[in-house]
Amino acid sequence: MNELQDVAGARAPLVVLAGNPNSGKSTLFNRLTGGSARTGNYPGVTVESSIGVMKVGEVSAELVDLPGTYSLVARTLEERLTLSAVLGLEGLARPDVVAVCADATVLSRSLYLLLQLQELGVPVVLILTMVDQAEGLLPEPGILESLLRCPVARVVARDGLGLDELRQALSRAIDAGPPPPVWRWAPGEDLREAIQLARQALPATWPASDALGLWALMSWTPEGEEDAVGALTPELKQAMERLALHPSDIDDEAIGARYAWLDREVLPLLQGQADRSLTEKLDRVLIHPIAGFAVFLLVMGFLFQGLFAWSDPAIGAIESLFGWLGGLAQGALPAGILTDLLVEGVIGGVGGVLVFLPQILLLFLLLGLLEDSGYLARVAYLMDRIMRSMGLNGRAFVPMLSGFACAVPAIMATRSMPRERDRILTMMVVPLMTCSARLPVYTLIIGSLFVGSTWVQSGLLLAMYAFSVLTALITAWVLSKTLLKAQPTPLVLELPTYRWPRMRDVLTMMWRRTKAFLKDAGTVILACTIVLWGLLSFPANVPTTIDYETAIAQASSEEQVQELENALASEQLAGSYAGQVGQFIEPAIEPLGFDWKIGVGLIGAFAAREVFVSTMGVVYSVGDSVDEEDAGLRARMMEERRADGTPVYTPLTGLSLLVFFALAAQCMSTLAVVKRETGGWKWPVFMTVYMTALAWGASFLVYQGGRLLGFQ
Amino acid sequence: MVLRAPAFESDSGAPSLAGTPLRTPVTISSVGGERGFRRRLLELGLLPGTQVEIIRVAPLGDPMEISLRGSRLSIRREEAAQVRIKALAQPARTA
Repeated sequence: MNELQDVAGARAPLVVLAGNPNSGKSTLFNRLTGGSARTGNYPGVTVESSIGVMKVGEVSAELVDLPGTYSLVARTLEERLTLSAVLGLEGLARPDVVAVCADATVLSRSLYLLLQLQELGVPVVLILTMVDQAEGLLPEPGILESLLRCPVARVVARDGLGLDELRQALSRAIDAGPPPPVWRWAPGEDLREAIQLARQALPATWPASDALGLWALMSWTPEGEEDAVGALTPELKQAMERLALHPSDIDDEAIGARYAWLDREVLPLLQGQADRSLTEKLDRVLIHPIAGFAVFLLVMGFLFQGLFAWSDPAIGAIESLFGWLGGLAQGALPAGILTDLLVEGVIGGVGGVLVFLPQILLLFLLLGLLEDSGYLARVAYLMDRIMRSMGLNGRAFVPMLSGFACAVPAIMATRSMPRERDRILTMMVVPLMTCSARLPVYTLIIGSLFVGSTWVQSGLLLAMYAFSVLTALITAWVLSKTLLKAQPTPLVLELPTYRWPRMRDVLTMMWRRTKAFLKDAGTVILACTIVLWGLLSFPANVPTTIDYETAIAQASSEEQVQELENALASEQLAGSYAGQVGQFIEPAIEPLGFDWKIGVGLIGAFAAREVFVSTMGVVYSVGDSVDEEDAGLRARMMEERRADGTPVYTPLTGLSLLVFFALAAQCMSTLAVVKRETGGWKWPVFMTVYMTALAWGASFLVYQGGRLLGFQ
Repeated sequence: MVLRAPAFESDSGAPSLAGTPLRTPVTISSVGGERGFRRRLLELGLLPGTQVEIIRVAPLGDPMEISLRGSRLSIRREEAAQVRIKALAQPARTA
């Protein structure tokens, strides 16, 4: 943090932004930090953190955007992080001031969090957001300041109004230093005793305060119910079990008393409710049982089409650009291993990363527009029932739909879900959706092996799509009942008022997230490309059956040279590490109907599934520039025989291969992005293992079952 | 000290918010459910004595949008089923 240290070496003030979800926190954060912000994760967890720099008076302060929470009492990981961040526990720096964002249109619910913070003695500033929508309803700031005993600022973050007032309020709070705890209610005698007991049993590194004692009392769950946070020490748990108070009595007393104060002191100051008439009118259509779903299908169709069709020219352009660069380098540099590394490893790898950009940018643009306008909350509202029956969050719909285009942006789109558990569950099943990289492989297999009726061909392709949706939903259901079992947490869905999306905010967010992809996932993808290139190219000089150099020199025609070069490439691939691995894994894939040549193709497919097609082209000596429609490759595949003379490629092998491609975790870019999003190797490894096991099992059933039924 | 059995069982005969007709203001009498779940409902302002009103129900029957303390909130039917209400009074709405 050198940039944040002034000449004297003093630490820059730390400001954290807390508040309910949908309180306009992120918009304010973007407005205050501009381009300086970076997006990352909290260490080791899938909770997004944003850090930036803002001016407070004459100094630069560090501003951290916390996850949106309704309460500090820990139920979810996000609440646990918020408590640690506002108090500076568990290695996090202690903030100089906590800015509490409160939606001015739902003031009393938003102030509940403020009361909790004040009980802890944390220096706070209240920021009323969206005051334009509550115009004429709010009391004078002076009245609120003296009632709440903290600086109050009013902003319209979207328009950048009130930011000076906000900076002054923060300055005042920082200068004033930590205030004494402010309690709006007096605990009864039993609760007071319980708080004292809990205080003494708090972890040693925590400050001992009544408010933390109460926090522990309220966060603790009795035996038999899962502890949401695991933060409480055994001594504390023992102390709780001796209490004379029933846990729910504690909740009733504390929460009831805070709301009683808010109802008595704050509610009378508000002059009526915010005007929602426009939103009401729109909602009459947009969440109507028939019209609502019609609009929903239209919007989703538009998103899907956009992701597929609009990104296509840009993807093509990036591919040609890097193809051209590769050709240029190949022409300009002497032939050799270094040139190959540069062309196929580095240039190919960078191209392989950048090729994701069009879809990522487009998805975040569209997602940002949906979110900023308030429509995304309606998607969750409409789809909640269906998605929840599979254990998924209603907001998982957009990432899963995007998975039909590409899993990489789809996994990044899970960021619109606030809970870690929901995000991980969605990430685990998104790669099962039929992404566009599977299409060339499906086309090759279906086109070669299921000749005859185009109805059979298109029916089979449709069946592959249906199969992927079904397996994704069933897998989600199974995971949500086992590994990712959720705490029964009430869903809180707020339907924010509709607003015209601000391009500036949408673009800022889009760019920040894309940057994070390039930096973190991009490096992993690049490294994997180079490793894979090495596997496919080394050892470089394998003994060949004939002397190709002499043969090529003596060749009489252009075609003959081409044929010989293809044969050489095929033999070299067979002798490479990848070829050796293919032969090594043959016993494992034989029961699925695959031979070692298909095994090499499967290894090549790890770079990206469509690479299977060109790898098979090299394996079968028809060259690497084939596509899935190539007649030569198709004919060559049909000629391929096993040792006993039976064809390798039968409709049954084809079906087994289709099922394998539908289920296997074959995409290193997906794994890289899951690693980046979850902050560790645990989930990508789990994903690889479960998907590969599923693919092997399903292909085994298809192939062996088919043979039992008498198919070839 | 042995913990008492979960509270509010005696209340299970009372009507729940999930079965309340649309646009009818009702008063919460108690909130049930496992502790963390129940506490969250309370913290959102669904406290005994609070007046709530169901504004609309999502097309597929869930979740439902409710109004309380001058703001809106969507909760699921299973959550609303944990919120017991006082027996319906005479229609209170005039306009």
